[in-house]
Amino acid sequence: MSEKILMKGNEALGEAAIIAGCRFYFGYPITPQNEVPAYMSRRLPRVGGTFLQAESELAAINMVYGASAAGARVMTSSSSPGISLKQEGLSYIAGAELPCVVVNIMRGGPGLGNIAGSQGDYFQSTRGGGNGDYRQLVLTPATVQEMADLTLLAFDLADEYRIAVLILGDGYLGQISEALTLPKPTGKVFEKPWALTGAKGRKPNKVASLRLVPETSLEELNLVLNEKYKKISAKECRSESYLTEDAEYLLVAYGTSSRICREAVNELREEGIKAGLFRLITAWPFPAEALQIASAKAKKILTVEMSLGQMIEDVKLSVKDPERVDFYGRSGGMLPETDEIKRRIKAYGN
Amino acid sequence: METKNFKYVYDRPEALVDKVTHYCPGCGHGIVHKLLAEVIDELGVREKAIIIAPVGCSVLIYDYMNFDGCEASHGRAPAVATGLKRVNPDNVVISYQGDGDLLAIGTAEAVHVANRGENITTIFINNAIYGMTGGQMAPTTMEKQITATTPYGRDPMDVGFPIRGCELLNTLEAPVFIERCSIYDFKNTLKTKKAIKKGIKNQIEGRGYSFIEVLSTCPTNWGMKPQEAANWVKDTMVPYYPLGNFRDN
Amino acid sequence: MHEEIIVAGFGGQGVIMAGKLLCVAAMNEDKYVSHIPSYGAEMRGGTANCSVVISDKEISSPTVPKPSIAIVMNTPSLVKFEPRVKSGGLLIYNSSLIDQKPKRTDITTVGIKANDISEAEGSVRAANMAVIGKLQALKPEIASLDSVIKALDVVISARNRKHNDTNIKVLKKANL
Repeated sequence: MSEKILMKGNEALGEAAIIAGCRFYFGYPITPQNEVPAYMSRRLPRVGGTFLQAESELAAINMVYGASAAGARVMTSSSSPGISLKQEGLSYIAGAELPCVVVNIMRGGPGLGNIAGSQGDYFQSTRGGGNGDYRQLVLTPATVQEMADLTLLAFDLADEYRIAVLILGDGYLGQISEALTLPKPTGKVFEKPWALTGAKGRKPNKVASLRLVPETSLEELNLVLNEKYKKISAKECRSESYLTEDAEYLLVAYGTSSRICREAVNELREEGIKAGLFRLITAWPFPAEALQIASAKAKKILTVEMSLGQMIEDVKLSVKDPERVDFYGRSGGMLPETDEIKRRIKAYGN
Repeated sequence: METKNFKYVYDRPEALVDKVTHYCPGCGHGIVHKLLAEVIDELGVREKAIIIAPVGCSVLIYDYMNFDGCEASHGRAPAVATGLKRVNPDNVVISYQGDGDLLAIGTAEAVHVANRGENITTIFINNAIYGMTGGQMAPTTMEKQITATTPYGRDPMDVGFPIRGCELLNTLEAPVFIERCSIYDFKNTLKTKKAIKKGIKNQIEGRGYSFIEVLSTCPTNWGMKPQEAANWVKDTMVPYYPLGNFRDN
Repeated sequence: MHEEIIVAGFGGQGVIMAGKLLCVAAMNEDKYVSHIPSYGAEMRGGTANCSVVISDKEISSPTVPKPSIAIVMNTPSLVKFEPRVKSGGLLIYNSSLIDQKPKRTDITTVGIKANDISEAEGSVRAANMAVIGKLQALKPEIASLDSVIKALDVVISARNRKHNDTNIKVLKKANL
């Protein structure tokens, strides 16, 4: 087990990005993700990469746009208020079909809120916080190991589909230290004939989202994007079903709250109560089919979030008999409690 | 007529696409596009060049340039340029920006790209008005100038004085070249070309950030004929925005 | 073995580091570990603390609302965490700085003069090592003393590694 190291979530993510071949990072400081830029500023120059502290989140996401347009693997990270500022860039990135990885280590909101972990940005992440008809892939790690593993996956998915991949963590995941086995590079290589590298021996490349005239119909672009989103929805749903086969009571959660739920499931099972956990690994695409299977025998489905109810909408849209769906959430940086989850599940039985 | 012994003394630059522009009669953008394309050809960097289009009238500049092009959201061309240039330092990256783009919504990016001394070239078109959206006040709109959003004339006590881009950036340490020129007559147009050439040469030589402001015309939104517009640049804009070189390191 | 531990004190007492030391020591004995520093709303009240879980089994929740072990280095931390310790749990308190006695009778309470032990070995800054040494003696199943000593090389930054001789002396002294 000597290959295991104790690492903070934010730093595991940074190291995984470097393993994935990311050599460009642009960002602006904000708590609770400051370990990411600190780590990248320390590591990137050592591997021939570029770390640049931008003048704002707006500038940072547009530097990401430029670096991605040039064909590089590139990442930015921020926390909720900063991610709000990046929405303009994310919309342009969607329109221009540029691959990149964007990390949101969520904190409490709205507004300046606080710096504690939260899951209040589910809507913003999965519905598209910027303007226009677009989607972005959203990965939701729950452990330090997943912070690393899903970062590698994020870069591959971004390149494969020419799309922004959001890693949606929270303040607790960013700060937690756990044993980490460093992932190995996936070795996947993606050609980028569209990249702006100078029109040598080819026609000029253009990276743009503007479609003003009928010959370059915007609807045509939207339909192309939509086909891509359909393909992603069909192929890239990811989730984990834990003790769900015979589950009469199903918890649905992601990230830090899913870990609290898992604890509750274990304790309920010790008491002979058939509880299970369905955990999202992708929030978009939402793993609706897997959730239908996991919830097949459930009398009650308890959605647990560190928000006052956002993912629950996708849960209700996905399951049969949505009246089974109930909600327990804490917000403003507070965590759901195992005992409260158990109390509610037991109350359903009475 | 026998033409086989004729030789071309004047031709469309290879860097310019053979296409009718969407610009209004008398607009300065077409002239500056042409100058840029000539410079790109003369320096032999067409296959390395990347033009970054701003939001504004020149949003489609990449359709007129026969080399790689990139869209940027309003004001963020310098950030996009930074990303492109940092990945491929051998590319010649030009951010082409209007007055709203550079001195209103994108002031932070404009100042910081210059302050970092990014090895890129900025061409800043100052025509004292927002063209594409229909003639609203720009940060560079002249005092008392009437626009769609200053119907009683720009009042500096209300909305501030016109901002001088070259002078602003000239307070920074890093830029290597800052010059203000104009295209209101032939002589100044040639000077503009020379400044653009210097700015791009600086980049090829890896010297750092170059900034060329071009006082330009917008006859449509100024409500003038092209010649009147040219005269207005000379008589109204130049006294407030003095032409000349501010820095050439 | 499954322990949910809070290490608490004021800033500069090295409580975050003490928690990491336990984690690395236990991790190298193939146990599951997690460590969350005090953070967000938890930081109010001038105390720093970390939540540590060490277990033979995979850790579900890394949060520690009700610790099985609380290590408190100053009085505010005692006041805050004594009531939260699980019945039957363990409370180790730094009696060099804490005058009052713990009130709970349903838990094991152990006082240790952490600062005095540390100072006797030449540095007041190793008081965190004293409480960890004591914990190891009381709960050797978390990690062996040898693993704790080896973990020092990982957890202590290169800059401060010169103090490790003192750290080891304090660890051993408190471990008796």
